[in-house]
Amino acid sequence: MSEEMGLEMEQDLERECALENPVLPYLRQDRIPHIWCPGCGIGTTVNCFARALTESGMNMDDIAIVSGIGCTGRVAGYLNLDSFHTTHGRAIPFATGLKLANPHMKVVVYSGDGDLSAIGGNHLLHAARRNMDLMVVCVNNFTYGMTGGQVAPTTPTGPTQTTMPYGNFESSFNLPALASACGAVYVARWTVYHVRQLAKAMREGLQKKGFVFIEALSPCPTLYSRRNRLGDGVDQVKYYKERSIVKNGADTKDVGLTYQGDIVVGKFVDRERPTWMDSMNEHFTKVLGNKFTPYGVENGQD
Amino acid sequence: MQADPKGVLTGIHFMDGDHAACEGALAAGCRFVAGYPITPSTEIVERFAARIPTVGGVFIQMEDELAASIAIQGGAWGGKKVMSVSSGPGISLMMEHLGYAFITETPSVWVNVQRGGPSTGLPTQPAQADMMQAKWGSHGDFEVIALAPNSPQECFDLMITAFNLTETWRVPVMFMMDEVVGHMTERVEIPPPEKIEVVDRKWTTKKPGEYKPFETTPEDPVPFMTKAGDGHRIHVTGLTHDERGYPAMTVPAQDKLVKRLVYKIRDNADKIVDVREDGVEGADVIVVSYGITSRVAMAAVEQARAKGIKVGHLRMVICWPFPAKRIKELAKKVKAFVVPEINLGQMVLEVERHVAGVAKVLHVGHAGGTVHEPDVILEKIMEAVR
Ligand SMILES: Cc1ncc(C[n+]2csc(CCOP(=O)(O)OP(=O)(O)O)c2C)c(N)n1
Ligand code: SF4
Ligand SMILES: [Mg+2]
Repeated sequence: MSEEMGLEMEQDLERECALENPVLPYLRQDRIPHIWCPGCGIGTTVNCFARALTESGMNMDDIAIVSGIGCTGRVAGYLNLDSFHTTHGRAIPFATGLKLANPHMKVVVYSGDGDLSAIGGNHLLHAARRNMDLMVVCVNNFTYGMTGGQVAPTTPTGPTQTTMPYGNFESSFNLPALASACGAVYVARWTVYHVRQLAKAMREGLQKKGFVFIEALSPCPTLYSRRNRLGDGVDQVKYYKERSIVKNGADTKDVGLTYQGDIVVGKFVDRERPTWMDSMNEHFTKVLGNKFTPYGVENGQD
Repeated sequence: MQADPKGVLTGIHFMDGDHAACEGALAAGCRFVAGYPITPSTEIVERFAARIPTVGGVFIQMEDELAASIAIQGGAWGGKKVMSVSSGPGISLMMEHLGYAFITETPSVWVNVQRGGPSTGLPTQPAQADMMQAKWGSHGDFEVIALAPNSPQECFDLMITAFNLTETWRVPVMFMMDEVVGHMTERVEIPPPEKIEVVDRKWTTKKPGEYKPFETTPEDPVPFMTKAGDGHRIHVTGLTHDERGYPAMTVPAQDKLVKRLVYKIRDNADKIVDVREDGVEGADVIVVSYGITSRVAMAAVEQARAKGIKVGHLRMVICWPFPAKRIKELAKKVKAFVVPEINLGQMVLEVERHVAGVAKVLHVGHAGGTVHEPDVILEKIMEAVR
């Protein structure tokens, strides 16, 4: 083979890789390698998100991503978007401020189960109640990954965690039920086995107006699986595959999770409700008449 | 640049300090406030909530101060001038996010209408006992700017200064009111917008790709800013970061970043410090005061002068950075400093530190709940000259 031919093939290969890896344009390539462990599911969710971004056809300059703190909290830093790595639990209120200050942006919150439902639990409830126009992706690995595998509000009863060394005796949150009860307009759960469905949910979420909550079950082989002898990342994905039951429209009350038990996945909620800003604009227009100029509607800018 | 007329309520008003502070913020261009009610600060957000719909901007009452103090930072990175407002218990909850504002250099004004503490303390009564919290309350090294108005008029005027300082230096600015200043009603004159000088954000003019959000030069330690949606695809993190905003958790990166954050204020303290002096030249004793206590101190100073005592008054309009240079100069010329404040010894520590034994420093402490009686300050002035 001539040198030229070799070069050509190499270039072809490069081109093909670039084509085949649709994620690359969405990543800050100068920040790779990432910090995630082999077999971790967070990267898979990011792949899904990148696919959702492509399929949404949205202008990347109009999308901001906000994370809290944790392994999942690092997602913001790897995406080539306006990205904010905030404090533990506070991604939602930061995102709320960003959205209200700059209403034409689509603001995505991407964070871990502990971040969003423990320390940040209150913000989750209230953002859903207000129907703040945010899309929240919650990567649920049933544990506090970043700090070494402590018990989380999502840890099912049973497995051990470093701070539940004799097994978790607490009950866990059913996050879709929580989000739905508080007023989220779109609620879905998928696992990293369901990459197509997860990407589709994310795309729908990007295009939905109002508070969107997507739970993505994701293995943490390093801590959760190893500590509980559940094998590696692949074993956990096998479990997702074997025990998931797709039930679109399921009553979220019935989708609670148990330790290594059945997983109900699907799009559970998809409804309409005025967002916080719509309600504000409508109300002030009614009460204040022409003294009030609707905020953030024209061209997205006030 | 001049104030946006939409926010300026030009005229002569009779209003309390809380309301005046709100008007100051509106005049300065504040268009996003996230708050959580707490006495004695609530009137500020109540007024903002009533005024902002017709001025053009947003108020949101968040679920707690943790949320309010980070929502404003989302607001700032969304392009708005922002403020949050609270008092002791709420300010304590905000401390983590004060730190986030330091490390991310997010322009933001933080109003503390001080009440008696610790804990729930005296919700409806004054104190000045959060002065050291303002300086040291969040973890890590940083340098804050803190102002202390002593009247409703100053709540208006200094609020504009507070916004101008936060935009100039990209450091969170604490606005240290107290219950008395917040609730006292006096004449407040709001000038026409063209007479109000406001500092715009230090926007970058660089194109996407060329711009590094935390890049500075030796001559100018304050980076240029952008906002989400302008195409720069910025990354902002509370982790130690490099000029690109990327996490850089190394000793050299920490050294570079934290030193810049601290020294951008320390090295420029002379430009920021603001003291108002009255009769300090030739004085034997100088009363050093701030906030509401400066007005009581003035009464004591006048009484002392009537007794023939040579007493000066130095009022710190800005408490942090501390006017160290001026205090050091004056220490060589006077017998004593008298420091009244509504706490059991906070700013006096800073006076002592800079006087360094060269003159006497007498504290007039007060546990809070009301202002001093001028007599107790007068007694200390007399003790100082004995
Ligand atoms: C105020 C505060 N408390 C505690 C921590 C330590 N901390 C960092 S990440 C984390 C838990 C993260 O768990 P989760 O949100 O589930 O994210 P994961 O790492 O599992 O993706 C904790 C407790 C912190 N950074 N800040
Ligand atoms: S600790 Fe767990 S969650 Fe964190 S990167 Fe490793 S596998 Fe993923
Ligand atoms: Mg987790």
